[in-house]
Amino acid sequence: MSALLRVSDAHIAYGKVEAVRGASLDVAANEIVTIVGANGAGKTTLLNAIMGILPLKGGASFAGIDLARLEIEDRVVAGLSLVPEHRELFAAMGVEDNLRLGAFRIGKAVAAHALERVYTLFPRLKERRLQLAGTLSGGEQQMLAMGRALMGSPKLLMLDEPSLGLAPIIVADIFRTISELRAGGVSVLLVEQNAKAALQIADRAYVMELGEFVLQGSAKDVAGDARVAASYLGV
Amino acid sequence: MNTTIVLFLLQDGITNGAIYALLGLALVLVFAVTRVILIPQGEFVTYGALTYATLASGQVPGTAHLVLAMGIAAFGLDLLMRRRTLRLGSVGRSLAINIILPAAILALTLALTGKETPIAINIALSLLIVGAIGLFLYRIAFAPIAHTSVLVLLIAAVGCHLALQGIGLVFFGAEGQRGPPLSNAAFTIAPLRFSGQSIAVYAVTLALIAGLWLLFSFTLYGKALRATAVNRLGARLVGIRTAMSGQIAFLLAAVIGAISGILIVPITTLYYDTGFLIGLKGFVAAIIGGLVSYPLTAVAALFVGIIEAFSSFYASNFKEVIVFALIIPVLLWRSLATPAADEEDD
Repeated sequence: MSALLRVSDAHIAYGKVEAVRGASLDVAANEIVTIVGANGAGKTTLLNAIMGILPLKGGASFAGIDLARLEIEDRVVAGLSLVPEHRELFAAMGVEDNLRLGAFRIGKAVAAHALERVYTLFPRLKERRLQLAGTLSGGEQQMLAMGRALMGSPKLLMLDEPSLGLAPIIVADIFRTISELRAGGVSVLLVEQNAKAALQIADRAYVMELGEFVLQGSAKDVAGDARVAASYLGV
Repeated sequence: MNTTIVLFLLQDGITNGAIYALLGLALVLVFAVTRVILIPQGEFVTYGALTYATLASGQVPGTAHLVLAMGIAAFGLDLLMRRRTLRLGSVGRSLAINIILPAAILALTLALTGKETPIAINIALSLLIVGAIGLFLYRIAFAPIAHTSVLVLLIAAVGCHLALQGIGLVFFGAEGQRGPPLSNAAFTIAPLRFSGQSIAVYAVTLALIAGLWLLFSFTLYGKALRATAVNRLGARLVGIRTAMSGQIAFLLAAVIGAISGILIVPITTLYYDTGFLIGLKGFVAAIIGGLVSYPLTAVAALFVGIIEAFSSFYASNFKEVIVFALIIPVLLWRSLATPAADEEDD
């Protein structure tokens, strides 16, 4: 199977400090891949660079297109979408406006269809469709951020710490939704500190330490690794 | 003081205040979307007014040529910046917007200019010309430095103001001009005489405010502009080009400025540098609105207009001083009321 996203030997630096050093990763169509690792390992940096927010040295291609040629906005059109750690919602605008803007580059008919799908996935957003995004609870904001990204009909959805600061019951909800997305044909690249939950739904996993991948394999193997169990799963 | 004088001054103040309101709203819009404090807003007023007046006198305004020159510069810049990722489609689009559009505007102006040209066509041409100048001004001067600090953008804005004012002197000369009024009708209610022109000022101001409100509330592009203002990164992540938002904001500001100029040039004689002072009064209103609030800016603009009218009656030497001194208490209050914020927060 050819990879949907392929990153090879990526170096990402903030000024002179290299936060990611030679990371290679691929995500196939219809696959959930997770990157686990401690705070500051470089996971968020990697996602931001794949999206184009940070400059990436090395190779990165998406659906056969060299990402170096594309601005953030064009990566969105190509089917790559990021739900960033800070969600970056339009706080002073309504829930439905946020969602509709998610389909800014998509035709009207497709957008209407996508809106229905997002409302089915997150009925809570439909109840609050006229509320301002900034007044939503943390969990609802996460749903809105995911919903807004899905409005663009992405092929690959990159989620950065979707469970951060959320109540356990909502986290379970979010993770169930991620599995549903894959069933709908969307690939997911998931960065999570909650390694246990992430490894349960993922097909494959990468473990990142100090800017490098130290372990990779099927989620089951990675979860079974003694070091991972000790460091990240608290077993 | 008697009632008649008060009414006269109020009428005068509201007419001017309506113009300041338009300019203040444009400033707030441009700042929210691009973080540029649009000092050259006044030049859009001058260019609109004097382009219209020149067309009305049957001559081709220099601004029509400026549009093509700026378009060529923008096209060159496009090629330079995209040289690595050059594709035929994007070059074609750039060619259409930067060369063909301004060439068409120039050709249209050359073809339609004449002493007998109806006012409506002259107005349309003026708006096309100044709107295109606004569009290209963003592309040439601000898009390449869009990511820099507010201070850098402000310095660039001052530079644009000086350049455009100098070019204005070349195009329109040092003599003041007046343009033909939109209508010569007039009617009287009690002591007040309403000219057709002042009615047009009120009507156009209200229509533009309503239009902007409709744009921002009900259209996807208007919402995209707001989204860019609210969260720049968020906007990029849904595929909204911030450069596009910036161009739309500048286009709107230029058209609003030009409309203001066309509305006032039949009432007052405009010189190549008059626009700056008018723009600054819109700026006072925008500052009172904190550069964020549209309704507060509009109300403040009426207030500025009325204060100006009264101070020009009672202390005409100090008219400008009084108007600009209005900012001081507002700035004091704002700096005391809001906690110190970081210089750059985005």
